Amino acid sequence: MDMPVANPAILARKTALVERLRAVLPEEALISDPAETRAYECDALTAYACPPMLAVLPGSTQEVSDILAICHEMGVPVVPRGSGTSLAGGALPTADCVILGVARMNDVLETDYENRLIRVQTGRTNLSVTGAVEEEEFFYAPDPSSQLACAIAGNVAMNSGGAHCLKYGVTTNNLLGVTLVMMDGTVVEIGGGYLDSGGLDLLGVICGSEGQLGVVTEATLRILRKPEGARPVLMGFDSNEVAGACVSDIIQAGVLPVAIEFMDRPCIQACEAFAKAGYPMCEALLIVEVEGSEAEIDHQLGLITEIAQRHNPVELREARDADEAGRIWLGRKSAFGAMGQINDYMCLDGTIPVSALPQVLRRIGEMSREYGLDVANVFHAGDGNMHPLILFDANKPGDLELCENLGADILKLCVDVGGCLTGEHGVGIEKRDLMLYQYSETDLEAQMRVKDVFDPNWLLNPAKVFPLSVSEARRGDLADVA
Amino acid sequence: MTPESEEELSAMLAERRDPVVIRGGGTRGIGMEAPFLETGRLSGIELYEPGALTLVAGAGTPLAEISEVLAEGNQRLAFEPMDHRGLLRSDGEPTIGGIVAANISGPRRIQVGACRDHLLGVRFVDGSGTVIKNGGRVMKNVTGYDLVKLMAGSWGTLGVLSQVSLKVLPESETEATLLLPCPDVATAVSRMSAALGSPFEVTGAACGPRDGALTVMLRLEGFEASVAYRAQRLVDQLGDVSLVSDRDESRRIWRDIRDVSAFHGRAGDVWRISVKPGDAPEISSRLEAEALSFDWGGGLIWALVSEGTDLRQRIGPFSGHATLVRASNDTRTRIGMFQPEPAPLAAISAGLRERFDPHGILNPGLMKTPAHA
Repeated sequence: MDMPVANPAILARKTALVERLRAVLPEEALISDPAETRAYECDALTAYACPPMLAVLPGSTQEVSDILAICHEMGVPVVPRGSGTSLAGGALPTADCVILGVARMNDVLETDYENRLIRVQTGRTNLSVTGAVEEEEFFYAPDPSSQLACAIAGNVAMNSGGAHCLKYGVTTNNLLGVTLVMMDGTVVEIGGGYLDSGGLDLLGVICGSEGQLGVVTEATLRILRKPEGARPVLMGFDSNEVAGACVSDIIQAGVLPVAIEFMDRPCIQACEAFAKAGYPMCEALLIVEVEGSEAEIDHQLGLITEIAQRHNPVELREARDADEAGRIWLGRKSAFGAMGQINDYMCLDGTIPVSALPQVLRRIGEMSREYGLDVANVFHAGDGNMHPLILFDANKPGDLELCENLGADILKLCVDVGGCLTGEHGVGIEKRDLMLYQYSETDLEAQMRVKDVFDPNWLLNPAKVFPLSVSEARRGDLADVA
Repeated sequence: MTPESEEELSAMLAERRDPVVIRGGGTRGIGMEAPFLETGRLSGIELYEPGALTLVAGAGTPLAEISEVLAEGNQRLAFEPMDHRGLLRSDGEPTIGGIVAANISGPRRIQVGACRDHLLGVRFVDGSGTVIKNGGRVMKNVTGYDLVKLMAGSWGTLGVLSQVSLKVLPESETEATLLLPCPDVATAVSRMSAALGSPFEVTGAACGPRDGALTVMLRLEGFEASVAYRAQRLVDQLGDVSLVSDRDESRRIWRDIRDVSAFHGRAGDVWRISVKPGDAPEISSRLEAEALSFDWGGGLIWALVSEGTDLRQRIGPFSGHATLVRASNDTRTRIGMFQPEPAPLAAISAGLRERFDPHGILNPGLMKTPAHA
């Protein structure tokens, strides 16, 4: 993975920069000691690390604005960081950058049940947003797997999804407004407590822009009343094709489950060995969850099991109580932990049209054998968001590269069948160099125009999203001075 | 100008230096004077996968054609786009491209999201003739910047849509409507908030005069037993309520709300104001409107006012936006159709328009509100 060489001219400004930042920040908010900046050298894509020049932890929108204005004036790149849980390297520093972490800004600013919204500082974690409103039986819908740790700042930057987005949508569908600090320090309010934009949908393009258009310091989020209840059913099938057909039939029958999770045999085996959830040993396992009152749940699960029966399931297990529901989810929720116990793994998140599921799983199996690396599949089947987990050994020379090559081939396969490289993790550096496989240079040029408008000097979160060859002319002095 | 293909559209725009007005079905006339660029020939459903909840169609495809095909699969466009013909006294057939370009969403917007939330991908041609694609046809996609959202509601000013892909959803088995008379708008909004804050999945919350009394209308959709159960729970919670449980009658009520039928055939200008629902009582009281209708739990105010009124001046500074939907061309030009943006946002919007339409030929000036307004 190539990153631009650190610009010595920028590194030479470190002392002057520290001095200027000290004037606007409290002592503890500025980290310049190399022993301490090392804590920010990577995110959850730990294969890549690079300590930043400095890290700053502002406590207010005003401080963020001051920091950005100074960095803008001095031509210093800034990498925004939420909780650092990106699996795509979205918060990977460059050696000549300032890491701007929003973790200290985690207050709830307003809860408004009448208008069904909450306004928070974006350093707040995803799960603690729901935590702030659950007393009144409300929740914040997007639920990425890392929700205990990940920050709303990162959710907005990456347009994060989760297991329940088949019904509730992803971050962009639940985001009403933001306070955005632009690279030159200008603070703008976009959206708010009302719906939709009166002009161009700037909120829509900011969400998912991977921290390259501005730093989002506050967010207004839609909150929803919790359903009366939810219950899963587990189904086992003896082929991926049959399980895929069952998913399609459920959706076409007019039932809209809140989640449809799919696990293949390698994944079932690993989870079973790890969590002992009592899963049947079969080729494909579905967990389908529906919501509503007891009677509504019974009715929907009745329809779903009737459809499943037509596909001759090897197992059909409806949860009768919370305990059984917990056991059905146990294996799925420990999938990543189970993989981590076996080996190092790389988690992909390409998305495919649901109809291509059996074909894609078959091809991934073949590729896995060709590369000699095991791949387990667990994914959100209702929306086609795959999560192939490639197992490798980081201590074995060449294994990481082999794993990355297999990963790239799987993502290309997702694009070939009409899907995309990333459904919810973002491009970051991980998928940056594959962007030209999905998009033409012209398509990427159109996206870069947007960055030109928001951040004309290309200082925010450099060297992410766009292949370096494509962004080279714009990154200008950043890339050239070496 | 009526391009037969995306390629032809691209060639036309590459050479063009003079303004064009982009037109789908012409049902939402924008009152601009320049040669029309018609998208009607960029028509046809290219893919429909009911099991994947996905539809891909040419931008000029009539909505009626899409609705018919979806109905056969027992599915629908859940964002419930309104039909402007009654309100604007226009003819023609609404096209899917026009709906997307204007981000048209109906009463169900509060529960399932707006048109932009159902738009999975676009192909469009920018003002210099460049063909650009963004998004795709899958439901979760964070690959690169989301120009899909930017195109929805850009009213043609960033490019001419040639193809759109949409998420579709199952049609509901049945629906019912609860009617609650209310003494005033404040009470109505608080009743709608209570219903929307319940676990009973209300898919429409509107309010307006009905049989001479201000009435809140709440819609429930789904399987029959489920609708009956939730209706009963809401009746228990809200008290004095009458229930329309006939599906067709309920559908008529919501079609009227969607199309703002209460204003059809009445003179005056029509404004559409998006606010925080809790602000609706106070803001609506300042409008001196001849008629009012509320949707989205109070978050959407439709106002009928005397011709030529600058309603934005009457409202003063507020959190939200007011769009002039129906007025004479003079009034549109004088007041501007869209809410003026604060300076830094106006600069960003102008910057985007300049880059996507360098010669200023695509509905020029439409989204820029005159400085003096």
